[in-house]
Amino acid sequence: MERNITCIICPRGCPMTVKEEAGKLVVTGFTCPKGEKYAIDECTNPVRTVTSTVRVSNRKDTMVSVKTAAPVPKGKMMDVMALLRKTAVEAPVSIGQVVLTDVFGTEVVITKAVD
Amino acid sequence: MEKHAIIVVGGGPAGMAAAIAAYDRGVTDVVILDREPHLGGILMQCIHNGFGLHKLGQELTGPEYAAVYEKKVMERGIKVYYEATVTHVSPDKVVTAQSRQGILKFQADAVILAMGCRERSRGALNICGSRPAGVYSAGTAQKLMNCEGYMVGKKVVILGSGDIGLIMARRMSLEGAKVEAVCELMPYSGGLTRNIVQCLEDFGIPLYLSTTVAQIHGEKRLEGVTIAQVDERRQPIEETKRYIPCDTLLLSVGLIPENELTRACGIPMDPITNGALVDDICQTQIPGIFACGNVLQVHDLVDYVSEEAERAGIGAAELILNGAASGEAIPTKPGNGVRYVIPQNVRKTGNDVSLFLRVTQPFGKVKFTVTAGDQVLAVAKRLKAAPGEMEKITVKANMLENVTEPIVVALEEL
Ligand SMILES: Cc1cc2nc3c(=O)[nH]c(=O)nc-3n(C[C@H](O)[C@H](O)[C@H](O)COP(=O)(O)OP(=O)(O)OC[C@H]3O[C@@H](n4cnc5c(N)ncnc54)[C@H](O)[C@@H]3O)c2cc1C
Ligand code: SF4
Repeated sequence: MERNITCIICPRGCPMTVKEEAGKLVVTGFTCPKGEKYAIDECTNPVRTVTSTVRVSNRKDTMVSVKTAAPVPKGKMMDVMALLRKTAVEAPVSIGQVVLTDVFGTEVVITKAVD
Repeated sequence: MEKHAIIVVGGGPAGMAAAIAAYDRGVTDVVILDREPHLGGILMQCIHNGFGLHKLGQELTGPEYAAVYEKKVMERGIKVYYEATVTHVSPDKVVTAQSRQGILKFQADAVILAMGCRERSRGALNICGSRPAGVYSAGTAQKLMNCEGYMVGKKVVILGSGDIGLIMARRMSLEGAKVEAVCELMPYSGGLTRNIVQCLEDFGIPLYLSTTVAQIHGEKRLEGVTIAQVDERRQPIEETKRYIPCDTLLLSVGLIPENELTRACGIPMDPITNGALVDDICQTQIPGIFACGNVLQVHDLVDYVSEEAERAGIGAAELILNGAASGEAIPTKPGNGVRYVIPQNVRKTGNDVSLFLRVTQPFGKVKFTVTAGDQVLAVAKRLKAAPGEMEKITVKANMLENVTEPIVVALEEL
């Protein structure tokens, strides 16, 4: 099995190839070790950071941006979105404030301050 | 008239970084004017992550990146006028702004222009058909969704595969919309490869290259679009026309530097970048007026915006503290495969000089050569080069010493 993977860790976007050799995944084409790790993860357990918004209940027409503090399994992105749709916060909020805990092994945090 | 050493027009990432750098270099009388009620510029609506990897060594969202700089502005006590729209900058550096307090007029020793850019609108294209609701520029849709929580549509076609279009394809998909297609007029995408992977491939959204929206259908609300492949002259090919039902069309067809103030001031412009002609410290051809960030050249990475703005801020501060640097200016020129080079003039100041450029089309492995006459000043190799990714090549100060002829950057495919 051979798979072509573009690294998405940084804007350089290195084109990599993953091959299985003697039961081990061998990566070529990366520029730094982060790329190698990403390629292996992508073949075994692909993950993504989810960024979205939640409503600010005590401000008119205001959303505040949030993100998962760590990447979640790629297949769980839509589940995170469903949780966020049911979530609202009350201003004031500050960057880094935790909105949800225990979201597929991580937390959801605020990324923008609202006074 | 109120006097200030440096006035910065625009408080986005460029304006903030320029103001901070000038302050830290020793000119503390710095003022920022912004037409919005907050600092941060366009970053405040870019809620996805991917900002700051180069510059801050961590992956932040747009608002988080802006907050890092906003904090530095506040810590230094740099004065910010909010909701103050600059309406005029004169060549002798009188800055006029409209604000809630009425008209403000300042005399500055140096002015730094950092107004960013705006999106090309549908008016700037020529699509046949009616003018129904449901057609947005991608950035407007981004603002409506991310700041105001207004979902713009459910079945979406996106024209243009620049980064904003790609980011919006993912954003709409996450919010439950169906993105039917991203159409790109050119035979290649203008966006970063990583965005094609994580915004389109992750969500199974097809990208159609050499394809355009030929017609818009619907009376009150958009009902669908006709897409078509284009020929070498970028004209729709009749036999390839295909109807896609949709209620929303997002246009992500390029950014235009917001240079009305610059032109009105009489600052000479570069017809290719649509920004001012500048030297190695981002100084325009009117001494004491600087330009940086997206108003100078459309950047794809905010990290480079901040870096460029720091050069402008330091340059402005040094001009005020030490007077104009002497040293003759050598022009730069794009050569084979290169669309433009910034700065357009390089002075010999004893410092290394970074040249920023974009290539004309996608290339595989390339070698960039910087020459002046028959002297080679720098060489840089890349595994690939694309118009969507800005290149930076540094020329060492000692290489510039004996240069008299124009500096040309050209590439050859390996
Ligand atoms: C819609 C849109 C979406 C983008 N999305 C991304 C993205 O997802 N990722 C990415 O890396 N880059 C993105 N960019 C590019 C991004 O703009 C740059 O990376 C960066 O924000 C540019 O910084 P800047 O300070 O030059 O401009 P801006 O951030 O645009 O800031 C300019 C500031 O100047 C102010 N201003 C303008 N004119 C005046 C005036 N006359 N008087 C007073 N104030 C004025 C504005 O209010 C604004 O605050 C996007 C650009 C646009 C237009
Ligand atoms: S391999 Fe390293 S350098 Fe290449 S894209 Fe990934 S993180 Fe960036």
